[in-house]
Amino acid sequence: MTDPASLATDPLFGLPLADLWFGLLFFIFATFLFLDGFDFGVGALFATREDDDEREQLLSAIGPFWDGNEVWLVVFGGAMFAAFPAVYANLFSRHYLLMFAILGALIIRGLAPEMYEQRHDEAWQRWWGRAFVVGSLAAPFFLGMFTANWLFGATTIVTLPGLVVGLAVVALTVVDGVAFLRLKTRGDLRDDLRTDGFRALAAYLVLVVVTLGYVYGAAPALRPALFSAPITALVLATLVLAGVYAAATRADRYYVAFGAAAGLVFSLVGIVAGLMYPAIDRAGGLTVETAIVSTLPLNLMSIGAAILLPLVFVYFAVLYSAFSGPIEAGESY
Amino acid sequence: MIDPVTASRLQFALTTIVHIIFPVMSMGLAPFLVYFTWKDIRTGKPIYEQLRRFWTRIFAVSFVVGTVTGIVLEFEFGTNFAAFSTTAGELFGGPLALEGMMAFMLEATFLGIFVFGRERVGNPLYMVSAVAVGLGTWLSAVWILIANSWMQTPRGYELATENGQTIVHLVDPIAAYANPRFPWMFVHMQNAAVESVALFMAGLGAYFVFRHHVWGYPVENVGFWETTLKFGLLALLITAPLQVLHGDLYARHIVETQPQKFAAMEAVWETDSYVPEYIVAFPTSIGDLLDPRAKDIFGIGIPGGASWLASGGDPQASIQGLNEFEGPQPPVAIVFWAFRIMVALGFWFILLAVWGGYRWWNGELLEDDLLHKALMASTPLGIVAVELGWVVTEVGRQPWVIQDVLRTSDGVSPGLTGLEATATLAGFAVVYLGLLALYTYVVVRIVRAGPPDVSTTDVDRPEMPASEVGADD
Repeated sequence: MTDPASLATDPLFGLPLADLWFGLLFFIFATFLFLDGFDFGVGALFATREDDDEREQLLSAIGPFWDGNEVWLVVFGGAMFAAFPAVYANLFSRHYLLMFAILGALIIRGLAPEMYEQRHDEAWQRWWGRAFVVGSLAAPFFLGMFTANWLFGATTIVTLPGLVVGLAVVALTVVDGVAFLRLKTRGDLRDDLRTDGFRALAAYLVLVVVTLGYVYGAAPALRPALFSAPITALVLATLVLAGVYAAATRADRYYVAFGAAAGLVFSLVGIVAGLMYPAIDRAGGLTVETAIVSTLPLNLMSIGAAILLPLVFVYFAVLYSAFSGPIEAGESY
Repeated sequence: MIDPVTASRLQFALTTIVHIIFPVMSMGLAPFLVYFTWKDIRTGKPIYEQLRRFWTRIFAVSFVVGTVTGIVLEFEFGTNFAAFSTTAGELFGGPLALEGMMAFMLEATFLGIFVFGRERVGNPLYMVSAVAVGLGTWLSAVWILIANSWMQTPRGYELATENGQTIVHLVDPIAAYANPRFPWMFVHMQNAAVESVALFMAGLGAYFVFRHHVWGYPVENVGFWETTLKFGLLALLITAPLQVLHGDLYARHIVETQPQKFAAMEAVWETDSYVPEYIVAFPTSIGDLLDPRAKDIFGIGIPGGASWLASGGDPQASIQGLNEFEGPQPPVAIVFWAFRIMVALGFWFILLAVWGGYRWWNGELLEDDLLHKALMASTPLGIVAVELGWVVTEVGRQPWVIQDVLRTSDGVSPGLTGLEATATLAGFAVVYLGLLALYTYVVVRIVRAGPPDVSTTDVDRPEMPASEVGADD
């Protein structure tokens, strides 16, 4: 252990904490996008199911999980606030209306399943079902727009890469949602979902290619990073993982497909982070080194995160193992 | 069009005022749920299963609405108060991040097991989940109040100017985070949450007991509601006197650390000694309502009471008047009346507790229709008192967002336009009021549906004074 007095002056164990927090921030974002991503995907797929019983299964599948999944977004915000307050302030105030669109979509998305279950008459469930679908599509779309604007340093809200990345993230959440639902459901529903997964995967790959083409053609500042070893590796990983996902889905290897979906999400976020580094707010002119907080709070936060994040993974392991396997009928309060 | 500063302040006020209701419900319910779960597992009596399942439903809805409204608050610091976030991020961001990692994660993951997992997990893990959820809700308040109390009594920092912007640097984490305001805020807030839920339970219980025993409509599950009434009353007996007790000590702490706020709470403009404390205050003209001055208010007061309160026992003590502070004043009318009504409610709750306790003691709890009516009318008043308390806390420290360090008007995002801020304010007014209506509607439906059917064995009712019942408060 380092000497307590040196906490104020030297980084903990001499670690490159600014870079570590940059990585941690995107790791938290990717975890959120993967976990809440399948909740969004389930919401989008809800639109394709007419049967009441199937709809109930979709809601039951995410019931115990979505709250915990969404907390990763809160942790993302908190971590950015704690480690890079200037980025937190600049980025969110610059994307003012887009942030509120994201928050609005998340409100609708979070509320709808809870409300849907409160009453069992047709009109009520029809409207809350629609709200669930709209919120589940809008949240990842706006999040994708936000991510693209952040990466490209856009100062306006609606940009071409923003729209493309928005759609890509929606497609990816559907891929993710299918992988999750195939773990949690049985019978016809499980088989039907396979096609939805393939279509979403194809759309996702096309949109990723378009985005990378845009980086090459229209974002000269990012072009050198595009051909760096890590980004090339992550792009190749995306292709491989897509192949694994498709093969595993065809062969009913549910857990392999789910793992591949996770890999796809982490690869995408990795590509974004890799293209961005060493900037962390291109439009605000901030780099990782200039935006990081001073040594003392950074050390304290690092100790906190090093203790707490492993614990959080324990909670998730307990939760997911308690509800492992396909959902049973009639699970409730 | 509203200017960005005013619109941001209104928006933050609106979203906080609506949001706080849901954490109050979950924090207040947490100890009850832990107790009901424990008794359910240990005794297997149907009443405890009913209590656990019924209140878990209310908890779950509160938690969901609390989550969706709370995420907005976190991000509003970045969107609307970017200058504040840049200035104070080093001190203020840490507690928020730790709240997420330490408290919210614990609460949200174990809530999944607690709400959906009774059939899936064994008793030990189920009990652990109940405790984890309860602990999570309370830890969440710890971190939020650490952040908030630092804004009230900032310590352990140094100021520097970087790129023309004032930056707060953390130099002494213990002074900053274990700051003098925190314990008062935490004790007062947590007790208030339990008290609010106690009033809520007692009021609901009284409604059904009244219908059944006084009006004579047969109420199914009346035993459940009688037990609910008793649990509510018992918790009220414990929490109501405590609330006034530490409220008084808290006020004295405000005198020492935020004299301007205290002067606004008492509407003292000129520094004076032997200042009375009005228990009941009547404005003699409409002007006094909007611009209260302690000297002009007609009321029933304790001579020297405010001085006594401020100094901790000296009725002759002098109170620093608002005129001694430079710059803008807090909106005195809001602070003065909010404080007055909160204190009056606090005493009303003690009266209710004593009244109900006395009737219960004499075995007349089920017949006293006036008591039932009083309890019914008081169902939401605990939450009203909490809101008023926060109004005193937050409006009372204006014009400062960080006391004596940063003005609220200097904390707003520099690039924000009036159009953007007004548009989102209007949007949130609609959404948040809609959420509040929806929440009320759902809670009413849950109450109407009543407790779930378990087995038909007779219910068990706590006897007065049931020492075991109060074990968790």
